[in-house]
Amino acid sequence: MPSVTDWLRGRKSRQVRREPGLWEKCPGCGETLYRKDLELNLLVCPKCAHHFRMPAADRIASLIDGDFHEIAADLTPRDPLGWTDVKTYPQKLAGDREKAGVIEAVLAGFGSIGGIDVGLAVMDFFFRGGTMGAVVGEKITLLFEEALQRRVPAIVCTASGGARMEEGLVALMQMAKTSAALARLQEARLPYISVLTDPTTGGVSASFAFDADVIIAEPKAVIGFAGRRVIEQTIRQRLPDDFQTAEFLLEHGHVDMVVERHRLKAHLVQVLELLMPRRSAEAVTALPRATQGETSGDTWE
Amino acid sequence: MNIIVDREKGLLELEQRISDLKVLNEQQLALRSAEGSAAAADGVSFANEIRMLEEKYASLLREIFGNLTAWQKVHMARHPMRPRATSYLAGLDEFVELHGDRTFRDDPAVIGGIGLLGGRRVMVLAQQKGRDTKENVRRNFGMVHPEGYRKGLRLMRMAEKFSLPIVSFIDTSGADPGIGAEERGQSEAIAQCILQLTKVRVPVVASVIGEGGSGGALAFGVADRIIMLEHSIFSIASPEGCAAILWKDASKAEEAATRLKLTAGDLKALGIIDEIVPEPLGGAHRDVEATVSALLRAHGRALDELSSMPIDQVLAERYAKYRRIGSWQAETERMVGAT
Repeated sequence: MPSVTDWLRGRKSRQVRREPGLWEKCPGCGETLYRKDLELNLLVCPKCAHHFRMPAADRIASLIDGDFHEIAADLTPRDPLGWTDVKTYPQKLAGDREKAGVIEAVLAGFGSIGGIDVGLAVMDFFFRGGTMGAVVGEKITLLFEEALQRRVPAIVCTASGGARMEEGLVALMQMAKTSAALARLQEARLPYISVLTDPTTGGVSASFAFDADVIIAEPKAVIGFAGRRVIEQTIRQRLPDDFQTAEFLLEHGHVDMVVERHRLKAHLVQVLELLMPRRSAEAVTALPRATQGETSGDTWE
Repeated sequence: MNIIVDREKGLLELEQRISDLKVLNEQQLALRSAEGSAAAADGVSFANEIRMLEEKYASLLREIFGNLTAWQKVHMARHPMRPRATSYLAGLDEFVELHGDRTFRDDPAVIGGIGLLGGRRVMVLAQQKGRDTKENVRRNFGMVHPEGYRKGLRLMRMAEKFSLPIVSFIDTSGADPGIGAEERGQSEAIAQCILQLTKVRVPVVASVIGEGGSGGALAFGVADRIIMLEHSIFSIASPEGCAAILWKDASKAEEAATRLKLTAGDLKALGIIDEIVPEPLGGAHRDVEATVSALLRAHGRALDELSSMPIDQVLAERYAKYRRIGSWQAETERMVGAT
């Protein structure tokens, strides 16, 4: 089982192949930033707090306490439609692996966060735009199923352009597959939190992203069902700049909170602690009703 | 422009000629019998011509519709004369429409209600496109808003409460992609419908009667049995949308239609749908009554089969069915295979 440190080591070695620039220009304020400093700052611009898109491995390292036990790490898609346009689908996938340094658009596994055992899946926008095909659907489904088995909460950080065209209706049906597993997790009254990062749209947005008990969004993340271009073409006018941003969604009542990246872990831990009955003896005695004998039969372990 | 409507033009001309000739023939016969003349030789030659034209018509029909391409099926699914959800609702023994999402408004792109299908009590969810411009404006061309999905969600819950199996008719190019839809949470509305259908404790039978477009169709399309009319389509995105997304060129829609494997036959082969209901030669609109009754019978058979099973088994099989969709391979396996 790879730990977070193994993971990071692996990612760094792949990054050498990816040869990222030493410098990044911030799309928020135009400032030129030293890539290493930016990474140390969780890919948030120190000048204007612009949140850069984050590779899945970095996100996991920023949230998980110690070891991360990845599940289904080696799954790769088949080619259900035999898709070819300028390239074959397998050729496109090979290109994405090279570019993103991961073999599919989501990483999933188990670990602890602030001392709480959780199942965590993180989507990677750098692989095929984070699109969901059979493998993404399978890994998210496995995450929900195994979280149910282990009786731990689940967290999914989304970053996706939607269902993956090259897998056609097989990809669309992953919305149903993941939802079926999620329904079982929810019926067992295990918390599920989604963290919507830039961008979260289409089939991912219209399934597990918005079915969570608590929905957190990153600042300025673009979140919506239809893409901006599609809407503008449909209504034949330009949309306001803040349309479909995390803040717009908060205002319209679709997300619970907008949380900046540095405070995400603390918020996740706090929400989980408040949603779940206390486990430690000390915590139980601290609850006034626990001394009154019969309360509810709900237990977590 | 609908390419099927285009191809039908020659047929319609032929149809007109045949019917004109028939009228002429009858007039002549009537004239002759009025004159008391028994010389019907001219009349016989008319009958021959009619027969020849009818044969030509039949062969043209086979030639045009016998073997439709994916792109032609896209246009058949969008045919302006194609039976709409209301055509099937009219075929129910009883139907009481229920309106509204109880929060914002009633979405006319969704028709929902309780009814009787072949003697069985059912909850019906349907997506409705318009017949003409006026109805299309009212129904938003069958593109559902969040309130339409939330009406559906309300009825799914009611179905469970009163043990009514759910029957759905799908016909939408996709969920509405507009400002209001985004403001009111289109994603959440669709996501909730999909989640609800995966767990609802009544049998669900869905059919695609025209276009099954993307997540907007899937919101009513998660089911124990999925039926498709022969020339309907079910797709991850419209071919135009797919071409625009992948190649930034909507004019490559025909190519996308072929690659997406969106026909009933393709989807049966992929194991995603369960049954194909054949359409009359030339499409459902050439014999609406026969199509409606064939589709409703297929719904009835599926409901009978599902109702004979304990609901826990129905739910277990529903889970297993979706659990199987989408194959993958393990990287290590693949490497073993490669050596």
